[in-house]
Amino acid sequence: MLTLSLILIPLIAGIVSLSTKNNSAKQLALAGSIVELGLAIFIFTQFQANASAQFSFSYPWIKSAGILFAGAIDGISLLLVMLTAFLTPLIILSTFRQPYKNASAFYALILFMQSALMGVFTATDAFLFYLFFEAALIPIYFLAAVWGGENRIKVTFKFFVYTIFGSLFMLVALVYLYYQTTGTQGHTSEITAFYKLALDAQKQGWIFWAFFIAFAIKMPVFPFHTWQPDTYTESPTPATMLLAGIMLKMGVYGVIRFILPIVPLGLQTWDTTAIVLSVIGIVYGSIIAIQQRDMKRLIAYSSFAHVGLMSAGVFSQTLSGVQGALIQMLAHGINVVGLFFIVEIIFSRTKTRNIEQLGGITQRTPNLTVYFMILMLGSVALPLTNGFVGEFLLLKGVYESNIWLGAIAGTTIILGAVYMLRLFQKSMFGNKTSFTEHFADLSFSERAVLVPLVIMVFWMGLYPNSFLKLTEPAVSNLLQMIHY
Amino acid sequence: MLPIVLLSILGLVVLFLGFQKSKNLLLPATLLVLAIVLVANFLHWNDMPSLYFKNMLFENKFTMAFSGIVIFSAFLIVALTRGFVDDESAQPAEYYTLMLFSLVGAVMMIGFENLIMLFVGVEILSVSMFILTGSDKKNLRSNEAALKYFLMGAFATGIMLFGMALLYGATGSFNLTAIKVYVMVNSAPSAMLYVGLLMLLIGMLFKVSAAPFHFWTPDVYDGAPTIFTTYMSTIVKTAGFAAIYRLLSGSFSGIYSFWWMTLAVITVLTLLAGNITAVYQTSFKRMMAYSSISHAGYLLLSLTALTSQSQSAIVFYSLAYSIATISAFGVLMLVSKETGVHSYENAERFEAFNGLGKKNPLLAFVLTVSMLSLAGIPLTAGFWGKFFVFSSAADRGLTWMLVIAILMSTVGIYYYFKAIIASYMREGELSTIKVSPFYRLILIATTIITLVFGLMPDFLKGLV
Repeated sequence: MLTLSLILIPLIAGIVSLSTKNNSAKQLALAGSIVELGLAIFIFTQFQANASAQFSFSYPWIKSAGILFAGAIDGISLLLVMLTAFLTPLIILSTFRQPYKNASAFYALILFMQSALMGVFTATDAFLFYLFFEAALIPIYFLAAVWGGENRIKVTFKFFVYTIFGSLFMLVALVYLYYQTTGTQGHTSEITAFYKLALDAQKQGWIFWAFFIAFAIKMPVFPFHTWQPDTYTESPTPATMLLAGIMLKMGVYGVIRFILPIVPLGLQTWDTTAIVLSVIGIVYGSIIAIQQRDMKRLIAYSSFAHVGLMSAGVFSQTLSGVQGALIQMLAHGINVVGLFFIVEIIFSRTKTRNIEQLGGITQRTPNLTVYFMILMLGSVALPLTNGFVGEFLLLKGVYESNIWLGAIAGTTIILGAVYMLRLFQKSMFGNKTSFTEHFADLSFSERAVLVPLVIMVFWMGLYPNSFLKLTEPAVSNLLQMIHY
Repeated sequence: MLPIVLLSILGLVVLFLGFQKSKNLLLPATLLVLAIVLVANFLHWNDMPSLYFKNMLFENKFTMAFSGIVIFSAFLIVALTRGFVDDESAQPAEYYTLMLFSLVGAVMMIGFENLIMLFVGVEILSVSMFILTGSDKKNLRSNEAALKYFLMGAFATGIMLFGMALLYGATGSFNLTAIKVYVMVNSAPSAMLYVGLLMLLIGMLFKVSAAPFHFWTPDVYDGAPTIFTTYMSTIVKTAGFAAIYRLLSGSFSGIYSFWWMTLAVITVLTLLAGNITAVYQTSFKRMMAYSSISHAGYLLLSLTALTSQSQSAIVFYSLAYSIATISAFGVLMLVSKETGVHSYENAERFEAFNGLGKKNPLLAFVLTVSMLSLAGIPLTAGFWGKFFVFSSAADRGLTWMLVIAILMSTVGIYYYFKAIIASYMREGELSTIKVSPFYRLILIATTIITLVFGLMPDFLKGLV
């Protein structure tokens, strides 16, 4: 029931927000998301550190076909559920200084998005997963396409068609797997039933590609990333935060939940290909990020590079790789939302995102500099920050799978430092420009967003075990299934 | 078989109501008739399958479900006709009567047990449609459409009839069961059977506008008054598919290996022709014509598979498609009336929807849901329609056709989203459109049906 409430609370809050006046929608959305966060924290404290699926619910949905409306939280879902619940109120709070036209629809869409994301991360029925996976796309499409920048129509449309195209292949794979299952009452679409199928290697190869295309587009992995930088740049910042902070994790989550356990033999053939593509993405994304002037675009490419490392770690199929990916998803979500918010703060005051035109902000607002620095260092993976734990485990995982690829992937630390430090230095230090002369100090609501993020950066950096110990049983159980 | 009787008698009653001076009674009367027929249709829901009129017509849950879809669609469409009574030259009584009569044909096509009944049904439906297509008498395009539809339709009917004659020659019967027995018993059936089946199929495929027999569709759909375009693209199509399904599953499942490849090629052609041509359309109405061709392709995919699931798949698909099409055209009719004031050129183009979301949020929402449903996006009925169709194809192992169908549904998203983008993201000078409460109710109802079936497909899937 608790899990079902996680899906329903934002949905109901969204519907209510849709029917309220524009002024109160904001407060209502925030209240709804805080209730959701409270529930998620309760679940977090009650969660037992073992491999079982907890807080489960299950109702018949399409009886004639044996399809269930069922969900549960296990170690793999937990961190992503927490991430979604933690980031959404902050994303809503981050919009408080910025008036959006049609606010009630705007906030309703954010809440619908949260509901769909919760559904994706908790569904235990494959078709329910698919349904939420696609449903998440509709609110984010409208958020980006209605409230976005100049080229929004073209860019977001590409994003929409691209991602739907990928997920249709997943749908075929799911339908195929569904017909392979045999239950007491016909076929079943429970994900755990797919784990027991043990198809032959060639079929697994095909299914691997069907899944891989879907998830690789979502993450995105090179060469399926072309929609991403434009979409991130053109979307309004809250939508970018949802996309980069939470939505791209759907792809990584999908790989862990579907590809690893369902097609282990297919992976034996194709895992190197997948890792190579991911590693290309890391290096390629970083190099392009170094050359960007637009702050939002720079972070978009950095996000592309980071997710490449997560994907490489997952495809290494090692305990540290998968664990690293889980903790890094949480860390990256926190850092990237913080960074996009800082870009938004700077943009709302100076009306520019070009780092050539910025500089000297630290003289006006030392506060912002401190927050920016902590988040930036987290993103660069300095020890004691959250990024370090994840990147270390991920690199260890890739290294265990292939030394050379591990070494190339390791360049992410150096390249990441190059572009992040450049971004930080050019915007914060140096001489004030005409754009930054009258830079106003942070407001209360802006601090209220940044402080929780910074606390999380340190908490995860100093004591990652409070998260890792919860996920480990589920991950090692999953990996045992592959390597039996 | 109550619907056929009731529709014929009450149709005449509506015709005579037209002699009255006040035309206001016609619409409620027609709606009442349709409501009665809809109830009558489901009276025998729990009965065993049975034959009527000396083995001429057949009735089971499948035929009742299909008749239900057709009658319900007709109800919604008739409800949307409010407004053309104001037109002085129009003769609403005739139009309503023709719609009711054409339903008789549709119900016969769905429930035929004898090929003669199929022929009679097709003719009743077609002749009514020829007249309705040309009902906008002063409009040149409407006249052209009617003539085109009539000539092509007559030709196709000829081929169909020839096919039936050949089937009779081969099997000695028009009865579906007798033909089935013949096909099962004779290991080497006469060549006339094969030729006859193909010609009959060609005639039927013409009616449902499958490629390469689809060339009449865009012109006819575009030229006809929008309300009758809606009628054609939902009711004619639904009845046609029910008939093809009855024919193939009822008589010819024994020679699946003979006809499946033919149908497969036609399916793929239809999918390609419908979707790819739709991309290039600038007129929304013409796009909907090509979209109806592409949906014919998806339905054909399920027929090509012909598994145990195809039956419920096409029932679900037809309903989802009909409802979404009706609400899309419902919005178009309102909008093009408004836009037509400013520029006749733009009235039925995508540009007509520019700025719809700002001033008319309800209409924009209705349009969006129907477009999402037609594109097969989850949480709408259209998604489950596609899902069931695709899974029947997967069950039969038609992987290559499935891949084409998937690629084509991605293409579909492209042109359906043009309407959504126009209504929410482009600026326009549309002012607030006045929608009568009744019209609004119907649009809301279609939207709710689409969403409810999107969330709970079992509601319908479990029935058939």
